[in-house]
Amino acid sequence: MVRINILLLVAALVCALGVVTSQHKARKLFQAMEVEQERARQLEVEFGQLQLELSTWATSPRIEKIAREKLRMATPETAKIVTATQGGGR
Amino acid sequence: MINFSGARGHKFAESPVLKLRLPAWRSRMMALLILGCFGVLVGRSFYLQVLNNDFLQEKGESRYRRDLEISASRGRISDRNGDVLAVSTPMKSVWAIPAEARLTPEQTTQLAALLEMDVKELKRRLASDKSFVFLQRQLPPEIGDKVAALKLPGIGQDKEYRRYYPTGEMTAHLVGFTGVDDKGLEGVELAFQSQLLGHPGSRSVIRDRRGHIVEDVGSIKLPQDGKDIRLSIDSKIQYLAYSQLKQAVNDFKAKAGGIVVIDTKTGEILALANWPTYNPNNRERLTGAQLRNRALTDTYEPGSVMKPFTAALALENNKVRFDTVINCAPGRLTIGTATISDAHPHGALTVAQVIQKSSNVGTAKIASMLTPEQMWNMYDAIGLGQTPGLGFPGEVTGRLRPWKSWRPIEQATMSYGHGLSVSLMQLAHAYTIFAREGDRIPLTLTKADEVPIGTTPVFSQQTTREIRAMLEMAVQPGGTAPKAQIPGYRVGGKTGTAYKIENGQYVKKYVGSFVGLAPMSDPRLVVAVMIDEPSSGAHFGGDVAGPTFARVMGGALRTLGIPPDMPAQMAHGGGPDKGNI
Repeated sequence: MVRINILLLVAALVCALGVVTSQHKARKLFQAMEVEQERARQLEVEFGQLQLELSTWATSPRIEKIAREKLRMATPETAKIVTATQGGGR
Repeated sequence: MINFSGARGHKFAESPVLKLRLPAWRSRMMALLILGCFGVLVGRSFYLQVLNNDFLQEKGESRYRRDLEISASRGRISDRNGDVLAVSTPMKSVWAIPAEARLTPEQTTQLAALLEMDVKELKRRLASDKSFVFLQRQLPPEIGDKVAALKLPGIGQDKEYRRYYPTGEMTAHLVGFTGVDDKGLEGVELAFQSQLLGHPGSRSVIRDRRGHIVEDVGSIKLPQDGKDIRLSIDSKIQYLAYSQLKQAVNDFKAKAGGIVVIDTKTGEILALANWPTYNPNNRERLTGAQLRNRALTDTYEPGSVMKPFTAALALENNKVRFDTVINCAPGRLTIGTATISDAHPHGALTVAQVIQKSSNVGTAKIASMLTPEQMWNMYDAIGLGQTPGLGFPGEVTGRLRPWKSWRPIEQATMSYGHGLSVSLMQLAHAYTIFAREGDRIPLTLTKADEVPIGTTPVFSQQTTREIRAMLEMAVQPGGTAPKAQIPGYRVGGKTGTAYKIENGQYVKKYVGSFVGLAPMSDPRLVVAVMIDEPSSGAHFGGDVAGPTFARVMGGALRTLGIPPDMPAQMAHGGGPDKGNI
C-alpha cells in the first residue's frame, strides 16, 4: 500500500514538474514568436520606406534630367527614324 | 444526629444549582444564527463569484491583462504599372506627462538635441500644468528608438502614420492629400476614403512583471489594412502631360492650364494634369488657385471645339452631307439683332471645310437646319450638363440650359460652343465618341481589368467616320491647327478659341484649347489641352494648345508602343513645327 502511494506521489511530482517546464517552454517560444513578429513588422515598415525611396529616386523628372544631362540622350529627329515592317522593310 | 438526607438529599452531580433548565430553543436559535451567518457568507460568495463576477474579474484581469491595439495602415495609391503615388510610413510622436517628467539638466539637453528642439522651449513644455503634452510629432522611427533608449520618466511615444507623395506636384490634383487622422481631404484620397482607410485590430495579452507578453487571452481582432488603389494613370504619360503643360503655360504666359489623356478603348484616364499646382508633401502657403483641379472642377465656354458635334448631328439627321456646300460669305451672319462673324472671312465651304477652317457662320447655318430640341438631346447624350461620373470630389456638371428657353441667336452661338459651359474632362469624354464608333464609354479613374460594357450609342458609325475625316483635315495644311501634327501618325482634332466672360460681358481674354485623337486609322487616345488666358501674342487654340497636344500625344503613343500608321512621312522628315498659319 505504502509503495503504491509513494509511486503515485512520485508520478504526481514528475507530472507537476513537467507542467512547469512545458509552460515555461511555451512562454519562451511565445516570446520568441513575438520577437519574430515584431521583426516582420519592422521589415514591412522598412519595405515601405524602401519602396518610397525607390519611387523617389525613380521620379520622371530625375530620370529625364540624368538622361539628358549626364547620358546626353535626346529624342531622335524624325528623319532618323526607320520603321521596321514585317516582310523586310529597311 | 442530624439527618441531611431529607430536603437536601441528592447526589453531588445532580446539584440543583447546576440543574438550571435553559429552554431548548435558545441553543437551537444559536445554531440557526450561526448557520444563517454561514448562509449569508455562502450567498455573498455565490453572488460575487457567479452572479455578479464582472467587477472582480475585471479588477483581477487589470493586474495582468493588457489590451493592445494592432495598427492598420492606410492603403497605397499606385499608378497602372504599380509605381507608388502615395504611401504611408509609420512615424513616432513623443509626448510627456509633465507631472512625472522630472529630468536632470543633462537629460533635458540630450532630449532636446534628439528632438531638434530648443532647450528652453522643451523646458517650457515640460513645466506646463497640463496633464499631457506632445513634444514632437512625426519623428522618424530611428529617432524614436533613440529617445526610448534614454528611458526618461514620464516621456512616452505613440505610433502614427505619415503620408508621402513621391511624385509630388506632378500628380497633386489627382491623388489629393490627407489631413490629420488619415482623413482624405482632396482628390483620390477623398474619393476612395472608405476603401483606403484601415481598421485597427486589437488583442488581449497577459504581461509579466518585466513587461514581456506571456500569452494571448481571448480572441484576437485582426487589423484590416486599407485597400490599395490602382489608378488608371500611367506615370510616364502623366509626367509628359504635366511637363509639357507647364512649359506651354510658361511660354504663353498663361494664367492656368489643364490637360487630360483618355484611352478610348477602355475609358481609362491615363493622365490628368493642371497648372498651377502644389507640392502635397509640403502644404504650407497653399492658395485656392493651386488647389483647383481645373480639368474637373472648372467649366469654361469651349468655343469651336463643339462644332464637330453640330456637324455630326446634321449628318446624322441627313440635313447635310459631307460635301454639301454652305455659303459662308461674307463672313457675317445677322440673327435678330446680333451678328455672328468669322475670324477670317470665307466664301462657299463644304461642311467638311466648315469644320476644317472653323467657320462660325457655316456652323450657325448648319445649326439653323436643326431644332433646339434635337441639339439639346445631342448635347445631353454626349454628357454635357452631367458630371463625368468619376466620383471625384468637386466634379461639375457644366451649364446646358433647357432647350425651351433657347432664342434663335443662342441656338446659333451654342452650335459653335458659346452660351454653354463644360469642363475639360467632359470635353475629352465627348470626343471619345468620335474616337470610338459613335458610342460613349463610361470613364474610370481606376485601372480597368476588362473593357467595360454598357456603352451608349450616340452617333452612327458612318457619321463618326465622316467627322473623323473632317478632324483630320483640320490639322492638315489649310486647317486651323497644322501645329498639332505628329510625324509618323495620322492625327485629327479641333481647335477652340473662346472669349472669356467677366461680369456677363465677353472680354478680350481667351481660352485656347485643342482636343484631338490619334492614330486616325484606329483611334486609341484622346488628348484635350486647355490654356487659360495666354497673354504673349498668340491666343488661337491651334497655336497655344496645338503644339502641346502634338508633343503629349506623340510621346504617349510611343510610350504605349502604338505603331505609326503613316510611316511614309518620316522619310521626308517633317517636324512638328513645320506648318504655319
